Amino acid sequence: MRQSLVPRRFIQVIDYEKCQRCKRCVQACGFRALSFEGRVQPDAEQECVACHYCVAHCPEEAITIIDNPLEYRPHDSWTSDIIMQTTRQAETAGVLLSGMGNDRPWGVLWDRLCLDACQVTNPPIDPLREPMELRTYLGRKPDAVEIKVGPEGKPVLATQMPPQLRLDTPVIFAPMSFGSISLNAQKSLAMAARELGTYWSTGEGGLHPDLYEYADRAIIQCASGRFGVHEDYLKAGAAVEIKIGQGAKPGIGGHLPGAKVTAAIAETRGIPEGSDALSPAPHHDIYSIEDLRQLIYALKEATEYRVPVSVKIAAVHNVAAIASGIVRAGADIVYIDGFRGGTGAATTVIRNNLGIPIEIAIAAVDQRLREEGIRNQASLIAAGSIRNSADLTKALTLGADAVAVGTAALIALGCHLCQQCHTGNCSWGICTQRPELVRRLDPAWGAERVANLIRGWTEELKEILGALGVNAVESLRGSRDRLRAVGLDDKTREILDVKAAGE
Amino acid sequence: MLFRSKYNERDRGACGLFGWMSRKGRRQNGEGVIEAIANMHERGNGLGGGFAAYGIYPEWRDHYCFHVMYGNEEAKDRTEDLLGQRFEVAHQEEIPHQPHPAITNEPLLWRYFLNSRSLAEGVDTQEYVVSAVMDINAGIHEACVFSSGKNMGAFKAVGYPEDVGKFFMLDQYEAYIWTAHARFPTNSQAWWGGAHPFCLLDFSVVHNGEISSYGINRRYLETFGYKCTLFTDTEVMVYLFDLLVRKHRLPLEVACDVLAAPFWKDIDAEVDEEQKALRTALRQVYASAMVNGPFAIILGFGNGMLGLNDRIKLRPMVAAENGDELYISSEEAAIHVLCAEPERVWMPKAGQPVVGYLEDGA
Repeated sequence: MRQSLVPRRFIQVIDYEKCQRCKRCVQACGFRALSFEGRVQPDAEQECVACHYCVAHCPEEAITIIDNPLEYRPHDSWTSDIIMQTTRQAETAGVLLSGMGNDRPWGVLWDRLCLDACQVTNPPIDPLREPMELRTYLGRKPDAVEIKVGPEGKPVLATQMPPQLRLDTPVIFAPMSFGSISLNAQKSLAMAARELGTYWSTGEGGLHPDLYEYADRAIIQCASGRFGVHEDYLKAGAAVEIKIGQGAKPGIGGHLPGAKVTAAIAETRGIPEGSDALSPAPHHDIYSIEDLRQLIYALKEATEYRVPVSVKIAAVHNVAAIASGIVRAGADIVYIDGFRGGTGAATTVIRNNLGIPIEIAIAAVDQRLREEGIRNQASLIAAGSIRNSADLTKALTLGADAVAVGTAALIALGCHLCQQCHTGNCSWGICTQRPELVRRLDPAWGAERVANLIRGWTEELKEILGALGVNAVESLRGSRDRLRAVGLDDKTREILDVKAAGE
Repeated sequence: MLFRSKYNERDRGACGLFGWMSRKGRRQNGEGVIEAIANMHERGNGLGGGFAAYGIYPEWRDHYCFHVMYGNEEAKDRTEDLLGQRFEVAHQEEIPHQPHPAITNEPLLWRYFLNSRSLAEGVDTQEYVVSAVMDINAGIHEACVFSSGKNMGAFKAVGYPEDVGKFFMLDQYEAYIWTAHARFPTNSQAWWGGAHPFCLLDFSVVHNGEISSYGINRRYLETFGYKCTLFTDTEVMVYLFDLLVRKHRLPLEVACDVLAAPFWKDIDAEVDEEQKALRTALRQVYASAMVNGPFAIILGFGNGMLGLNDRIKLRPMVAAENGDELYISSEEAAIHVLCAEPERVWMPKAGQPVVGYLEDGA
């Protein structure tokens, strides 16, 4: 018998004409939401979350998941979501948790921006016939290139170039720790990154011994919990990143419950098995910008200035000034995570209400760094719900050097966005540590699907560049006159520095 | 609104280009170049024509010469106040011109020969001049400094270039480099300031094409203090040369590697590791300075002339040599107007500059 007064959100409908009673679905459900008593039926206690694993794996296609048709009496301010949250909170007295990104109807500014195309005066370029260059270098660039005269009077480079990350396509994978996702999920991303000529990120959970072979494609994270941080770890990667904040939960830390801290996670993070892994809200050695500078340079020293150092922050109200401080503190890359960004677990109220959209943040930061003449000193990564190649292209056009994708890559691995990552029951083997579920995700299969997705985006980006009449991505990057806005207010357009359509 | 565009938007267009120089510094008057650009009449539509000429003010060779157009007397007064504060004005006069039936709505046209006042230590004279040009063009409505170099000047107007040349009586000037431009803007608004060439210090650019990367080129230049006030592609081209060659001291040919950057596949295939490192660094550092989209330009720069095409050559450009003369043109026919049988005629490859320098002592 269910204990909660909150009605089921979804109902599994079994077509008993088709069902052969193989019980595969009962085993398949990570949430144990199906039982078998003479026939398959919704479990009396556990609830379906609409992850669709059973639907995708029923050999008879006998399962349909529907929204519970039970409707509360309509009310514009007391919506059914709010009534359910209120009821659930009355039952538990706790903070409500969610997985994945902000699902509230804030609107997506990407969908209000149109890209330009060439007609007559400048010809479009056919990417199938002409080179179309997407190669991107992330890292600090000097203000100017200095030249000296070499042998035979040839000009030769005199500038010592700072370390750069070379991306064959301007997309990297967002940091997702071993712990928040499974080892097989991380390995899928690592393999895909190598295949694509881009990078994956360890997140704040250290680097599992099995993944050291992919470390040359890894951005190594150093977060407030310092999990798994040691000299070999720092030196193993292509870049080091200080995680200050995350778009889904700016200003708060992380909590991996002890139940999820398996032997492998414990080893990777350097903590006892079964102990809670708590990431403090601030780094306890960073209480100001000068403290951040010290950590940036400590990491540069530790890595002998051979790799760029990135700082990841959540997009918050004052993001432009903060980013400027971070660049001046010595960061080579600034990673900005918008408030629709995903998470393995966040307090729902924080996920849904704190921070600002990435569209606004990336525009404000790029502009501020230009006004201060320091835009070349750091590369910008935009993240926080980059859903497709259109979002990618628009992010670059507003001024991002590259984007990071988390949710989209997980969808490629099978994720159906059921938003239950925090429960650890992911039927798809992505956001879980239960061995029988993790086993379901074959890294080779996963890597191929993730690589397919990004290859598709890459081809689409080339098509768009061709339509825009440029044959290198840097000629679109920050070129905001190639965007027009439909239905955005004047102030938003002013911040985005984008004209209205028709202007 | 005599010469500011009604629309606060960027001009774009197609055009005809012509350039001539004598490497020995032999000067000739403007009649020839007018005839050559007139040969490509079809490439313009009467909405802009112009010329740049080098070596025309030998008696003032050490002075910066500002060619300025004004929409009204007030703009002229304000500009002259600014010039008086910042420079010693050695000489000023109206730019000579004669009435021409095809040239109408002429602004006030003046030129000033300027010495910078004694500057504080560490202040770069050229930087000082550039900031004066920027301040006038961005700050004084209806005033436009359209050339600011030494011993050179630009002449431009709304009209066909052959008419513009006669209007400015270019047969009265002798130059060792002449460049010319016939404009065909797709924006039907014609305004004097939008005609080519565009100039800053000794640089002048005539341009055929549309810069599809204009947005980021402009924003990149703004981080270095350039103010793009004229809403045309060509303006950014001039400022990019100024930034790369004057401020960053890159050799001209290296600057061309920035503007029409070689493809990565060619850089990767480079066997000379030093050249590979240089070209890689140029693309990394100057990514936002790459000029993308169809273009052919002729750059005048005091001691020479340079022609450059975009990286996949989407606009025509042909070059020819005869004795000490270098010709660059949109069409070969125009070269033959001045030189029936040049010793060498060739089609420069995409992104490969054609450069002519004055000989030593010329």
